[in-house]
Amino acid sequence: MSPAEPVKFYQVGSFAAGNRLVPAELRTVQADAARTNSLTSGHRACQGCGEALGARYVLDAAMRATDGKLIAVNATGCLEVFTTPYPETSWRIPWMHSLFGNAPAVATGVAAALEARGRSEVRVVAQAGDGGTVDIGFGALSGMFERDDDVLFVCYDNQAYMNTGVQRSGATPPAARTATTEALGPEPGNPFGQGKNMPALAMAHGLGYVATATVAELHDLEAKVVRAMELRGARYLHVFVPCPLGWASEPADTIRIARLAKESGLFPVFEAERGEVTRVSPIRHRVPVEDYLGLQGRYRHLFGADGSVARPDIVGRIQALADANIARYGLLEP
Amino acid sequence: MTERPFGITLEVGSSLANKTGSWRVERPVYVDRLPPCNDACPAGENIQGWLYQAEEGAYEAAWRTLVADNPLPAIMGRVCYRPCETACNRAKLDEAVGINAVERFLGDEAMAAGWELPAPATHPDSRRVLVVGAGPAGLSAAYHLRRLGHHPTLLDASPHPGGMMRYGIPRYRLPREILDFEVDRLLALGIDLECNHRVDDLAATMAEGGFDAAVLAVGAQVGRRAYIPAGDSAKVLDAVSLLHSMEGEEPPRLGRRVIVYGGGDTAMDAARTAKRLGATEALVVYRRTPERMPAHPSEVEEAVEEGVQMRWLSTISALEEGKLVVEHMELDDTGFPQPTGAFEEVPADALVLALGQDCDLSLLSTLPDVTVAEGVVGVGDDLMTGHPGLFATGDAVSDERTVTTAIGHGKLAARAADAWLGGRRWQHPPRHRLADFEHLNPWYYADAPKTLRPRLELARRISTFDEVEGGLDEAHALFEARRCLSCGNCFECDNCFGVCPDNAVLKLGPGRRYRFDYDFCKGCGICVNECPCGAIVMEPEVG
Repeated sequence: MSPAEPVKFYQVGSFAAGNRLVPAELRTVQADAARTNSLTSGHRACQGCGEALGARYVLDAAMRATDGKLIAVNATGCLEVFTTPYPETSWRIPWMHSLFGNAPAVATGVAAALEARGRSEVRVVAQAGDGGTVDIGFGALSGMFERDDDVLFVCYDNQAYMNTGVQRSGATPPAARTATTEALGPEPGNPFGQGKNMPALAMAHGLGYVATATVAELHDLEAKVVRAMELRGARYLHVFVPCPLGWASEPADTIRIARLAKESGLFPVFEAERGEVTRVSPIRHRVPVEDYLGLQGRYRHLFGADGSVARPDIVGRIQALADANIARYGLLEP
Repeated sequence: MTERPFGITLEVGSSLANKTGSWRVERPVYVDRLPPCNDACPAGENIQGWLYQAEEGAYEAAWRTLVADNPLPAIMGRVCYRPCETACNRAKLDEAVGINAVERFLGDEAMAAGWELPAPATHPDSRRVLVVGAGPAGLSAAYHLRRLGHHPTLLDASPHPGGMMRYGIPRYRLPREILDFEVDRLLALGIDLECNHRVDDLAATMAEGGFDAAVLAVGAQVGRRAYIPAGDSAKVLDAVSLLHSMEGEEPPRLGRRVIVYGGGDTAMDAARTAKRLGATEALVVYRRTPERMPAHPSEVEEAVEEGVQMRWLSTISALEEGKLVVEHMELDDTGFPQPTGAFEEVPADALVLALGQDCDLSLLSTLPDVTVAEGVVGVGDDLMTGHPGLFATGDAVSDERTVTTAIGHGKLAARAADAWLGGRRWQHPPRHRLADFEHLNPWYYADAPKTLRPRLELARRISTFDEVEGGLDEAHALFEARRCLSCGNCFECDNCFGVCPDNAVLKLGPGRRYRFDYDFCKGCGICVNECPCGAIVMEPEVG
């Protein structure tokens, strides 16, 4: 070991939000007592809401990256509903809501208006849940991508329509129980082989920047927001946000579940430019998918009363999906 | 509610009006837990506390925290058997933190930089306290009494202070300049020491000196003997005498083939010393199996590295000119060794008996209210004997006869004596709940294996009494300190502040930790799960 090497080690490294042993600029925005708190207290999200957490992480990082010059456009969904019961708002940044499906188009308009007024230093973020992104807003989003409008579109993916009562979306994973894919019959829950891989669809548009992230790795997520705000044109960020209500998981486990999604390989975390993957976040401590599934009531039909796997066939198919991700993205490579 | 007529657009309000804390059924609360290292330390050191300061490079502050409990860190950083590292939670991740190496680094830094021990307090009712024995227990007791503002007097039968640290621990484990430095620094606080002063009658010495209280810290200095038929020319000595004589002018002559009888740390010290004195063969004979050896594994390992040989399940039945008769043993169902009747002769020039040590407690014979059973002085949990104002420490009251235990006893006896002198009874301060590994979230800690301490080359180890184990340089010591998980004690990583979906954690600034904003905390418990060191718990909401 060289003498210089030890000093690089800082106890919690870059895993925790902050670290008193490193310079302030190496800590996350979320470790800063003066962070924007774009989404402030008093919002009506459920206990342990991953989406509330993800939205604050993304927007606070974007606020720092743009020096506070930011406008957010929101699709309909939980994030819109729980933050703005009339006449209250939890948003401490300029924020607009129009319809469920038109957030990409509204954001395009905002960016065009700013450009027309010579105010293109003000940046635009559009955000939606997975329903507003992969289903209802998909046409408008694809158009925004194709025109390369100067918007960062952020999808907070909690894998179903949670606000309206946990109905299946195009982002609901196989075997998950929702109100519309009940845990009944020989193949309970959402069918295999359907749904949309939205990051791949975004990459297929040839975007300048596509990235995925989870609420479990804050440094990684913030770095991706910073990178996205360095670029112009259409960009896409897909953030994995567990939902204790829809997933029937413990509120305290929100970040743990996000971590296990990545560590099992089910949710690959990567960056891509112009359709090519440029960097992946490797798995640090690989876990089998049942570690991830077992914490969630939406997969309870795969497990016995004692917590052991009752449907090895289905769990095996889910494991195969994780293994395919690991192979495809090289998630185990150092 | 609003006074405006129906259908009029309202002013924009903030969600801060919505106190979501009312949703909560359980609340998170910050706690401090007892780190396992602190729990295990016989000297009662706040290890996590001084490592926390060392992590920031605040070495002097770290050393000050350390010497608040233990005035001899450079010594401790060399001779302690490290129960802290055995208990360390990091061992479940990769390897235990090298606590002892950091302690030594701090101790050596203090010597190099000349940091002074804290000045004694001024006591409104300062008393004179006799401390019998200037070994680790006596020195520690005197130090803590002096810090509290009392005036201790140390009496020791040997020519120099240090007790078994000088007359029992070989130089290759504890160089004498380190010992002298730390003992002198301690005595300079205003502690009287008289060497070559053997106390034969404690009651009389206390009365003559007009002492208000006394601490007995005599150590176990008498080597146990076993009857072994031996010819006139056979050389038999006990390990305590051997190690003691190493401090004299003339090193003892042992011959080429030295047998050490016993399986404790003293046996290892004796065998390794014999090697260094020129023995070509040093053989340890022990009647049980290696697993049952009382010696600490590190000592056995180092002895074997140096060429000390071991013969298990054997007893010595006779010593004759140039040879030893050994009988083979086997363990019975209860694990006790039983003779087999099979004998073997082993060439030998000298036999060193390392069969345990006893305290010479004859000085207590004039104190009928002090009870002694099987060589152990009877004490309460405040270490006070049956004689009011007389406290007993170290080897005289404990099976765990280590420097670290002795230093812990010294501190406890000093505090108990201070309480007694003030007409109070000392009580154990309340302890925090233990910070088990299960309380931690190990995900957050960076992977980092332990830094190994440099060791003297083997060739020089067995030919000289140079110190075997080296210290860490500053960069490595800092690295090692930063491997600490800070179990059960907030280290201000900002994670709770970062992970709260309701912004209900308030960051109070460096050194001031955090506070929950119960107006908005919904009680989800993410902060509890994601606290790396287990310093947050959920408690039921009352009312």
